[in-house]
Amino acid sequence: MSSGALPIAVRALERRYGRVVALDGVDLDVAQGEFLTLLGASGSGKTTLLMILAGFTRPDSGSVKFGGVEMIRTPPHKRNLGVVFQSYALFPHMDVAANVAFPLVLRGVASAERERRVRSALEQVQLGELGSRRVDQLSGGQRQRVALARAIVFEPGILLMDEPLSALDKKLREQMQIELRHLHQRLGTTVIYVTHDQREALTLSDRIAVIDGGRILQIDTPQRLYEAPASHFVADFIGDSTFLPVSVRNGVARWREQVLQTARPAADGEYQLVLRPEKVSLGAAPAANLLNAVVEEVVYQGDSVRIDVRLAGGAVVTLRELARAARIAAMPAVGSPVRLALDPADTVLVPAP
Amino acid sequence: MSEVATGLNAAGIRADARRERNALAGLTSPTFLVLGLLLFLPVGWLFWLSVFDDTGLTLENYRRMVVEPAYISIFRTTFELSVLVTALSVVLGYPVAYMIAFLPPRAASICLTLVLVPFWTALLVRTYAWLVILQRRGVVNSVLMDWGVIDEPLQLVHNFTGTTIGMLHIMIPFLVLPLYANMRAIDRDYVRAAASLGASPTATFWRVYLPLSVPGLAAGTVMVFVICLGFYITPQFLGGGRVTTISMKIQQNIATYFDWGAASSLGVVLFVVTLAVFWGFSRLFPLRRLTEVGGP
Repeated sequence: MSSGALPIAVRALERRYGRVVALDGVDLDVAQGEFLTLLGASGSGKTTLLMILAGFTRPDSGSVKFGGVEMIRTPPHKRNLGVVFQSYALFPHMDVAANVAFPLVLRGVASAERERRVRSALEQVQLGELGSRRVDQLSGGQRQRVALARAIVFEPGILLMDEPLSALDKKLREQMQIELRHLHQRLGTTVIYVTHDQREALTLSDRIAVIDGGRILQIDTPQRLYEAPASHFVADFIGDSTFLPVSVRNGVARWREQVLQTARPAADGEYQLVLRPEKVSLGAAPAANLLNAVVEEVVYQGDSVRIDVRLAGGAVVTLRELARAARIAAMPAVGSPVRLALDPADTVLVPAP
Repeated sequence: MSEVATGLNAAGIRADARRERNALAGLTSPTFLVLGLLLFLPVGWLFWLSVFDDTGLTLENYRRMVVEPAYISIFRTTFELSVLVTALSVVLGYPVAYMIAFLPPRAASICLTLVLVPFWTALLVRTYAWLVILQRRGVVNSVLMDWGVIDEPLQLVHNFTGTTIGMLHIMIPFLVLPLYANMRAIDRDYVRAAASLGASPTATFWRVYLPLSVPGLAAGTVMVFVICLGFYITPQFLGGGRVTTISMKIQQNIATYFDWGAASSLGVVLFVVTLAVFWGFSRLFPLRRLTEVGGP
C-alpha cells in the first residue's frame, strides 16, 4: 500500500476571514509516506490548513498538489483522502460495518470484496468482532478506531487527522498514539496530523510544523525541534521552558556577568537562554555551567519531584528530579542555597523576541 | 431502591429526597389537573353523547358514518386534503429548513422570523387575504391575464385548490420548525465525512443527510397532518361549500341540526384517528431518537 502514498506540496496558501489572517502564505512539502504534524494553539491556522487540504474550506489563493496533481479546485469527494475527525463523525444511522463499507459502496466495490476489505480494516484497528454494533453502543476509543478503519478502508494515498485523540482520556490516548505509529508504519500512507498536544506531536511525527498566526514558524524532526528551537515562540510552546536574558559580546555569552558555555556559537546580540526542567540538575558537575540559587518550593508529584529555585535577579527556574528513594531522601530544604548544573550541550540560546 | 437504607442519616436523606419530589409534584400538578380536566372530561362527555340518545344506548351515529355516502365522502375529502397539504408542506418546507440550517446564526434567525411572521396574523385575516388574492378578479388572475398567460380567470378559490393553497400557507411553519431544530443538531462533520469518503453532494444528501433528518421530518409531518385533520376555518371560507371536512360537518350538525349525537360521534372518530396517527408515527420513529441524532 505504501506505493499508493502521495507527496503533498503546498505553495503560497492564503486565507483571510474578514480582517483576520488565518493562513499567511503557507509553503509546505510533505514527503511520500511521511507523518507530519501541524502543531499550534487554537486559532493558529492549523485546522484551517487541514480543512483546505481536505477541500472543506476554500482558500483565497495558493496551490495544493497531491502527487504533483493540482487539487486546489477539486471538490472534497474527488480528492480521495482519508479524513479522521475530532468528532469521529460516524454515521449514527448505520452500524459499524456499514460505516466502514460506505466509501467502498460509493466506489462500486462488489459486495464480497467489500466484506473482505471491511473485515480487514476492522482487524487493522483491532475491532474485528464489532461489525454489527450500532455506533451509539461503542465506547469513545472504539469509535475512534471505527473512524480510522473507515478512513483507511479505501486505501487513500493521504490521511488527514484533526485532533483525533483529543476526546479520549489520557491513558487511552497514549495507547492510541502508539497504535497510530504502528498503523502508519504498516500502511505507509502520507499522514497530516493536527494537534495542540506537544507530547502527542513528539510521539507520533516524522516531522513537526509549528504554526502560529497563520505561518509555519519551524518545521523539523521532533528531536531537533525540541533540542534546537529556532525561536523564542517554539522554545516556549514546546516543553516547560524558563528563559534567562543572555547577551553575546565578542563571541562570549553572559548572563548577569556570568560566562556561559553554549551548545553552538552565536553571533553578538541579545538572546534568551532556554532552561528546561529535565536539563538542569542540582549539585556541581565538572565542566558544566553552574548557577547559584535558593530553593523556593519542593513538590512531590509521584513519578518526579518538582523543585522551584530562585536565581540571583529573581528569575524562578523549575527542575525535575525522578522520584527515587535516594533522591527523595537528599532533597534540599526550602530556603537552602543550591547550585544548578547545566551541561554546555544543553545550553541553548534563542534570539530574544 | 428495594431495600430501605438504614445507615448514618439515612432517614433524613430520604426525607430530603421526598421533599424535593413533592415540591416538583406540587409545581406541576395544577397543569396536569387542568390538562386532565380539559382533555378527559370533554372527550368522555363527547363519547357519552355519541352513544346515548333519548331512547338509550345506540350505535346509530356510528352506523351512519359507515353506510351513508355523504359521510364517507366527507372522510375521504378530509383525508385527501390532509395528505395533499402534508405532502406539499414537505416538498416546499424541507428546502427552506435545509437552507436555514446552513445559514450563519444571524441570517438564520432573520429567515426563521420570516417563516414565523404568518403566526403573528389572525388565522381569519390570513384566510380572507387569500380570498382577495385568489378570487376571479384577484391579484393572481389579473396579473396572469395582463401578461397574457391565460384568457379566462382560473378558478383558484371556492374549491379544493383554494383550500389547499390556504392551508398550505398556514401549515408550512409547523413543518419547518421541528425540521429546522432537528437539522441544526446534525453535525456538519457528517456532511464533510461523507464528502471525504467520496460521496458527491447528491449522494451525501440521500445517504446521510436525509436519513439523519428523518426524526424532524416525522415530527413535522405528524404535526401538520394532525392539525389538517381537524381544520375548520380555511376549508369553510376558501372551499366555497364544495369542500366539506369532518370539522365542518361537526359544526353543521350542531349549528343547523342541533344533533349533538352526530357531532359527538364525529369528534370521537377524529380523536381516535389522531391518536392512531400519533401512535403509528411514534412506533416508526421513537421520540427519543429525536434527541439522540446529531450526537457523536
